[in-house]
Amino acid sequence: MSTSVAAMPTPSVELVEDTDAPWRRSWWANLLAAAKVPRGAAGIVLAAIPFATAFIGPLFLPHSPTAFVTIPFSHPNGSALLGGDQLGRDVLSRLLDGGRALLIMTILSTCLAVGAGTIAGMSAAYLGTWWDDAIMRSVDVLLSFPQLILALLFISVVGPKAWLIVVAVGLSQTPGVTRVMRGATLRIADREFVKAAELQGTSHWKILWHEIRPSVTSPLMVEAGLRFTFSMMAIAALGYLGLGQPPPTPNWGYMISENSIGIQQNPWAVVAPLVLIAALTVGINLYTDAFARVSMGINRRLREPSLIPLLDGRPVK
Amino acid sequence: MRQWVGDVEEALRRRPFLHLGVHRLIGGVLTLFFVSILVFGATALLPGNAARSILGPHASHLQIVALDRQLHLSGTLFSEYGSWLAGMLSGHLGTSLATGLPVGSVIRPELLNSATLVVISAVVSLTLSIGFGLLAAVKRDKTVDHASSLVALLLTAVPDFVLATVVIIIFATLVFHLLPGVSTLTPGEYAWNDPRALVLPSLSLVLVTAPYPFRMTRATLIEALESDYVEMARLKNVPEWRVVLQHALPNALAPVAQVGGLVIIYLAGGIVVIESVFTFPGIGQGLVNAVQRHDEPIVQATVLLLAAVYVIVNIGADVIALALSPERRVAG
Repeated sequence: MSTSVAAMPTPSVELVEDTDAPWRRSWWANLLAAAKVPRGAAGIVLAAIPFATAFIGPLFLPHSPTAFVTIPFSHPNGSALLGGDQLGRDVLSRLLDGGRALLIMTILSTCLAVGAGTIAGMSAAYLGTWWDDAIMRSVDVLLSFPQLILALLFISVVGPKAWLIVVAVGLSQTPGVTRVMRGATLRIADREFVKAAELQGTSHWKILWHEIRPSVTSPLMVEAGLRFTFSMMAIAALGYLGLGQPPPTPNWGYMISENSIGIQQNPWAVVAPLVLIAALTVGINLYTDAFARVSMGINRRLREPSLIPLLDGRPVK
Repeated sequence: MRQWVGDVEEALRRRPFLHLGVHRLIGGVLTLFFVSILVFGATALLPGNAARSILGPHASHLQIVALDRQLHLSGTLFSEYGSWLAGMLSGHLGTSLATGLPVGSVIRPELLNSATLVVISAVVSLTLSIGFGLLAAVKRDKTVDHASSLVALLLTAVPDFVLATVVIIIFATLVFHLLPGVSTLTPGEYAWNDPRALVLPSLSLVLVTAPYPFRMTRATLIEALESDYVEMARLKNVPEWRVVLQHALPNALAPVAQVGGLVIIYLAGGIVVIESVFTFPGIGQGLVNAVQRHDEPIVQATVLLLAAVYVIVNIGADVIALALSPERRVAG
């Protein structure tokens, strides 16, 4: 460690290579353990609020989210508990209905990023040679785009289609996952039990799946949490820019921008979706951080405030 | 030929600066080449006819053929990519579809505005974050450390546009009415004509980017402060401020230089959202408007430009990091 301090912005937090750690607890036991740490518990509570709003909320809509029920930017009143938006629609109804699509898209693009990145990273590390070169070169190219801009490039040609946003955001998150999973696999690939399996003539893909995968579950889960937050940020930002679903459909991101004109008259139309988005990203972030600490055996001596930006080594949002 | 390449390699190896520079330069040019393929390929190959989605469903066949020609989509993929790339490299960026103006003249004032914003934000962000990182490392585990770490955690966990909206709420609308929340500059106007318009966008960008160099400074400085040479300096009764500033800090700055590069890189992407929030007439807002109008030539030029900034700043940061780290300078 000390010889390569300056080689790259390596965190001074060491991810201790505790050889027994992966087998001491299964991944779901780690999930539970992370929920018992104060930080993790706070994260779950915070994230639960927007999740419940988005998925249970649509069952309890007081009004149609696209109906005009009150005057524009009206104060909260008896029939519209959070007041009216720029067109006099019920803010509460739009809030309850405006998160589901956002969250489903986020989950899908996270799955895409983590799935593709894991396959690319693990195979690059284990198979090596030209395949590794090709993968890492593509990673460099994709990383030389500011993340949102890849999505903007695609949207400018095809238009703001939900599938396109999912693919573009997922694709822009893939290189980060690839690098982390490649690194994690490289650390395992030389171990005795992998060599033993190789000597028995087990096929490459079987070795990757049965021998290496169980040891890289923890970084994989941390990546999933991280990429969820980043995808959420990107998809909500696209919504904010008016490039999410087409207008009458409510969307937390777009609610903030379309109603900010009337923030003096009815702040709730801006503040409520703002709080839900922030609670979601902060909550998932805290829980992921707790999970990383619990599952990866962190050198606690340095008591880092958050491990997340250090795991990947570069700011990704 | 092989011998010659080998000689050059050998000569470069003895000059680590040049070695790194040349390698990174070749890598950067290659990366930009692939980026250009991706940018052109997105227009040419994505499902749906680009000209059709730009002109809308009622366009005539003739209009579509004309636009195809303008966007370099009428011939074979390979030759059209060639002529498009040649145009980009020679500065003929094409014509904006929305306004009919040359792309270069649309982008230039925007680019200057954004550059102003990015430079101000980068300077403030790095100064603040290195200062707070230093403070947090020296006062480790004290209140200052915990408080600044908590703030940094919250700032990274919240999306940019949420942060910018909170800045507007606090400084421009609900809490105080200090500064304009929305820029009144018209497109094409220069930002230094109205410096007040720069304040809140810069503040937002500083808040968005400062956590990374802050954490990096704190972490590397803590490590340096625990090293043997700092121990030695303390044993020799060197005053503590000199231990920190002259012995520990210089060795902690190399990784920070790379994060500094990342800050600028991140700013280049962050301006897209932040400028739109404040309707600041820069290249980021220009890109969003162009995307909404399907103004393909502007989108292509802007994306290539931002990717070039990425690549160049990355190379610069690596070279500076090398210059700042004694260990690596002699390692070659």
